[in-house]
Amino acid sequence: MSSSELLVQARSLQRDFVVRRRAGRLRRTRHVVSAVAGVDLDIHAGEAVGYIGANGAGKSTTIKMLTGILVPTAGTVRTCGLDPVRERRNLARQVGVVFGQRSGLWWDLPLVESFRVLAALHRLPSHTWAPRFDELVERLELTSFLATPVRQLSLGQRMRGEVAAALLHRPRLLVLDEPTVGLDVLSKERLRAFLREERAERATTLLLTTHDMGDIQRLCERVLVVDHGAIAYDGTLPGLVARVGAERVLVVDLAEPVAPLGGITHTQLVGVEGGGLRQRLSFSPDLTTAAQVLAAVSQRADVRDLAVEEPDVEEVVRRLYAASGR
Amino acid sequence: MADLPPAWAPYTALLGSRLHAQTAYRAGFVMDLFANVGIGLLEFVEIYVILTHTSTLGAMSASGALLVFALANIGFSLADLAVGHVDNLPTYLRAGTLDTFLLRPLPALAQLVTSDVALKRLGRTGVALIVLAVATPTAVAHWTPAKVVLLALTPVTGAAIFSALFVMAAAMQFWLVDGGELANSFTYGGSYAASYPASVLHLPLRVLFTFVVPAAFTAYLPALLLVEQPGPAGLPSWLGWLTPLVAVLAWGIALLVWRAGMRRYTGAGG
Repeated sequence: MSSSELLVQARSLQRDFVVRRRAGRLRRTRHVVSAVAGVDLDIHAGEAVGYIGANGAGKSTTIKMLTGILVPTAGTVRTCGLDPVRERRNLARQVGVVFGQRSGLWWDLPLVESFRVLAALHRLPSHTWAPRFDELVERLELTSFLATPVRQLSLGQRMRGEVAAALLHRPRLLVLDEPTVGLDVLSKERLRAFLREERAERATTLLLTTHDMGDIQRLCERVLVVDHGAIAYDGTLPGLVARVGAERVLVVDLAEPVAPLGGITHTQLVGVEGGGLRQRLSFSPDLTTAAQVLAAVSQRADVRDLAVEEPDVEEVVRRLYAASGR
Repeated sequence: MADLPPAWAPYTALLGSRLHAQTAYRAGFVMDLFANVGIGLLEFVEIYVILTHTSTLGAMSASGALLVFALANIGFSLADLAVGHVDNLPTYLRAGTLDTFLLRPLPALAQLVTSDVALKRLGRTGVALIVLAVATPTAVAHWTPAKVVLLALTPVTGAAIFSALFVMAAAMQFWLVDGGELANSFTYGGSYAASYPASVLHLPLRVLFTFVVPAAFTAYLPALLLVEQPGPAGLPSWLGWLTPLVAVLAWGIALLVWRAGMRRYTGAGG
């Protein structure tokens, strides 16, 4: 990976905002708040990077600086080898962005019309974009609602449309800001599967912010945690989980109600539902394994079904922040 | 690269999509169109009532005053049609639409302007055109080629000046939070002032609506040339020939203000 081209290169990236607060009847005080404070970031072509952090930690501000919406207060950034603000329009041809909370589609037009307009905006000849459009329609299963006005689409349908719209011009870098927020389990899984395919086929570089650990697990081999505008962790997801000692939870559904399963080595009973039919045991992957815990449970009860829950992003981030002394 | 779509293709597609969206709700569009005819008629009734009580308005004959009214309204309604919706900018700022614009390979202002084309404003243009057709034969006595060109050009330059005012007013929103009222006084106030002979205004206001907000250039000054009348103090009628220049200047200033506003938005300073 390290030999391939750098698609994002940020050095000591900083962005301040001036906040004015009322202080007395007429007086107003100025406060300078650094949303991003000294971020160094290298993303190579073909990587898939998850960018996580608490709300207000600086994720969106970083993305806006990478894509040319905001000018850094200090530091440098190059995206696809370009200065994002000065060469914004050139960059726009190489980057696709999906903001989960806002739309890049035209709400009052049938979905298919948005693609025609976008193709024209990028000045794509029809023999270039038509096959790409057909491919995206097929793989994101858009056919059934292409003729539906965007404002009438369900959230899941609209997000698939948004992702297709961001990829129509075949960008090298796809930036997704909270792409799965509000989606049901099936829609999330379908979107993730598509993004994996897109990466496998076209080696599209992925940068995504999320609150959903499933997005990171399924899509990203690298995780960045941002805290107070600075990178607090840069590495793999298992490495992150190990570092914060986050616990996994084994959920067992039992054949008949059983007394609470306390006292199993290296586990803690964190929930009993249905009078003992479903029980939840948390454990640290460093100390024991899901198999060992399951074996111990099986000696005391008849297990019908089980699931292992990963720690959620908030929990991991909270623990990481706590470990770094906040 | 020979088959690359032309540079204007993005804009024709954007405007085409707006026309498509409007014609998709035909009944609503027709109602909006009639509402704009109503607005045009109300404006006309106002000046008509004044003219039934006085034979001249600001030293102009009734037909001359109607000529000013018609030219100002054609210019303003065309500007409103083409760029009036730039006053949606505060909404776009709040909703993040401007960020979406910045992620596309086109200038943000060009996308803002082409984000709508309010054909319903043609209702008001239509009323003003009828007034123009009725007033012109009486108001203009001696036709010369220069007058024909001037009459044809004035709606265009008027629309250009009002458009520049719209863009300036929109750009001011980058600094003013919820400053829509102030911005409206700039554009709609300018339109109102332009509909009457500037000679009815007190001298300070007359200067304001000529040299600061160039409303008098959109109709009154060209009309003075058409009816061959000298202007009031401070506004010689030859100023009317400068109208195209004023339109270019107004757009130059509007673009500078817009650029400064964008620099403020992206945090590049300014």
